[in-house]
Amino acid sequence: MDFALIVQYALSGITVGSVYAIVAIGFNIIYCTTGIINFAQGEFLVVGAMTAISLTQVVPLPVAILGAVLITTVLGGLVELVFIRQVRNASVLRLVVITIGLSILIREAVLHIWDEKPWSLPYFTGTAVSTVSILGAHISLQVLWVLGVSAVIVTALTLFLRYTTTGQAMRACADDRMAARLCGVNDRWMVTLSFMLSAGIGALAGCVISPITQTQYDMGAPLAIKGFTVAILGGLGNSMAAVAAGLFLGLLEAFVVSVLPACYKEVVAIVVLLSILVLRPSGLFARRETSALRTA
Amino acid sequence: MRRRLAGILGVVVVGCAVLVSGCEKSPGPEATKSTAEAAPVKVGAIFAVTGGASFLGAPEKQTAEMFVEKVNTAGGINGHKIELLVRDSGGVPEKAISLAKQLIDEDKVLAIIGPSTSGETMAIKDICQEGRTILLSCAAAEEIVEPIASFVFKTPQKDSDAARRIFETMKDLGISKVGVVTSNDGFGIAGGQQLAKLAPEYGITIAISETYDKQATDLTDVLTKVKSENVQAVVNWSIVPAQSLVAKNMKQIGLDVPLFQSHGFGNIKYVEQGGEAANGTIFPCGRLLVADVLPDSNPQKKLLVQYKNDYETRYHEAASTFGGHAYDALLLLTDAIQKANSVDVAKVRDALEGLQGVVGTGGIFNLSATDHNGLAKDAFEVLTVKDGKFAVYQK
Repeated sequence: MDFALIVQYALSGITVGSVYAIVAIGFNIIYCTTGIINFAQGEFLVVGAMTAISLTQVVPLPVAILGAVLITTVLGGLVELVFIRQVRNASVLRLVVITIGLSILIREAVLHIWDEKPWSLPYFTGTAVSTVSILGAHISLQVLWVLGVSAVIVTALTLFLRYTTTGQAMRACADDRMAARLCGVNDRWMVTLSFMLSAGIGALAGCVISPITQTQYDMGAPLAIKGFTVAILGGLGNSMAAVAAGLFLGLLEAFVVSVLPACYKEVVAIVVLLSILVLRPSGLFARRETSALRTA
Repeated sequence: MRRRLAGILGVVVVGCAVLVSGCEKSPGPEATKSTAEAAPVKVGAIFAVTGGASFLGAPEKQTAEMFVEKVNTAGGINGHKIELLVRDSGGVPEKAISLAKQLIDEDKVLAIIGPSTSGETMAIKDICQEGRTILLSCAAAEEIVEPIASFVFKTPQKDSDAARRIFETMKDLGISKVGVVTSNDGFGIAGGQQLAKLAPEYGITIAISETYDKQATDLTDVLTKVKSENVQAVVNWSIVPAQSLVAKNMKQIGLDVPLFQSHGFGNIKYVEQGGEAANGTIFPCGRLLVADVLPDSNPQKKLLVQYKNDYETRYHEAASTFGGHAYDALLLLTDAIQKANSVDVAKVRDALEGLQGVVGTGGIFNLSATDHNGLAKDAFEVLTVKDGKFAVYQK
C-alpha cells in the first residue's frame, strides 16, 4: 500500500471518528450529573440540525445554528421537567427506559413536523467538493469544522465544570447527590441544566455534521449507538477521552476496511467494544483505581 | 362423567361455530364480487412511506391516491369504484409480511400494489401466490418475476437491463476496469449480482466489489479502497441516501473517474443533496425525468408530461420515476379489470398476462405468461446530471 493511500485511510477514519466523538460528548454530560445514559441524545442532534435547516431559509447560517441550539436547549430542559423529574423512586434503569421512549417520541415528532427526506446544511466553508490536501491525500473542510467544534466544546465544558460554581455544583451532584444537597446545591435544577446542556451540544453537533452525514429523521438511533460505543470506549463521563476514543474507533474502522471486505467493519467495532467491556470495563483511558473508588 | 359430557358438548359447540364461520367466510367475497356489479374493488397497497426507503414509498403512495381518485371521479372501472387501502411498511420486510397477510386474509383485497423495495417483495412473494392475490410490485429486482409466480408481477424496468445500459455506455467510453459499491439491502445485493453476471459479456472487469451499510453516513473509507485498485469508473447500486454521499466522497478523496449509478438515482433530491459533486453522474432511468425534452413523436411523452404536471401541481414536489412505478401498477390492474370485464381474481390475472402495448411511465408493457414485467431494454434512457438537472446523456 503506498503512503498516500495510508494517509487517505487515516483521514477517512478521522472523518468518521470526529462524528462519533462529537456525538459521544453529549452522552457524558448527562451521565456525569445523573448517572443515566440518555438514549434520546441522537434525536437531539436530529432536532438541532432540522431546526437549523428550516431556519437557514430565513436567516443566515450562523444565526440559524445559534437559533437551533437555543431551541433544542429549551427542548432538552422541557423534556427533563416533563418526563424525568416527575418520576418517583427514579432508579437508573427506569430513567434509561424513559429516555428510550423519548427517543421514539421525538423521532416520530420529527417525521411529522419535517418529512422523511434527507436534508443537509450547506458546507460551512466551500462546497461539497472543496478539500485540503495533506501528504497527497484529501479531507473535506467540514471535517476540520467538526474537529474544531469538538475541541471548543470539550475545552469549554472542562473549564465550565472545573472553574465555575455551577459547574462544580453539577459535579458535586454526580459524586454524591445527598451531600451536595446538604451543601445547599439545588440538585434538581442541576439535572435540568445537564439535560439542557447536552441537548444544546447535541444540536450543535447535529448542525456541524449535517453537511457530511446528511440529516434524516431516523438517523438519531444509529448515531447514538456509535456515540454510546465511543463514550464507553473512552470511559463514561470523560469528554476528552471520548474524542480520543471516537478517533480511535474511526481509524480502526477505516483500516479494517483496507484489509477486509467493508461489511466486516461493524463486526470489528463491536468485537473491540466487547473486549474492552470485559478487559477494561471502566474504559480505555480511565485509571482503574479511581473508577473502583467511584463504584465502591 | 357429567364433566366429560360437558366437555364433549363444548367441543362440538365450538366446532360448529368454527364450521359456520368458515362457511360464511369462503363464499363471502365471491358472492359480493359476482352479484353486486358496482361493489367497490378493494386494492391493497404496501409502501415504505417512512424509513430509509421513503424516497420510493412516499411518492408511490401519493401517486396511487391521485390515480385512484381520478378513476373514481370518472365513475370507476366498469362501474366499480376502487377502494385503496394504503399501508406503511417502513421498508421493513417483516412488517410487509404481516401487512400482506392482513390485506389478504382480513381485507380480502383483489390485488396488492407494492411493496416499494425488493427485499419486502421477496418476503411476500409466496404469501401472495399462496393467497391467490395479485401482487404488482413496485420494486426492481429481477428475482421477483424470475422464476415466474403466476400471481406476481412487477412494473419497474429490469435490473439486468439497467446493468446492460451501464455496461454499453462504459464500452462506448472505452472503460474496461471498474469498481462496484452496493448497499447491503435487497436492491443493492440483487444489483451487485447482475453486474457481476453481465460484466464478462461486455468485456468489463470488476476489479473490486464492496458492500456498505444502508445507513452509512460516510463512505470515504470504502471509496479509498476502490481508488487503490486504479479503476476507470465506479458503479454505485443502491436506493438509499448514500447515493449522494458516494458522489461527494469520491470528489473529496480525489477519485476523479466517472460515476455510474443505478436507476435508483432517479430522484432530483439526491442530486440536490450531492450538490455540485452530483454533476456528471451517469445512470440508466425511465423517461419521466426528461419528459419535457422528449421529442413529440415519443409514444410515452403525452402520458409522462400529464402525470408529471398532475403530480407536481397536487403535491408541490418534483415527480420521480418511483411514483411512476405505482402509476404503472394501477394502470395495468385497471386495464386488466376492464379487459376481463370482471373483478374475479383468476380472470383479472389472465387478463394481465394478455396485456399488450400498454403505454406506462416506465415504458411500453407487453406482458405474457413468461414475462411478468413486460418492459424491454429500451425502456431505459441513459441520463446524466448537468448543472444540478437531469439531462439525456450524450457522449
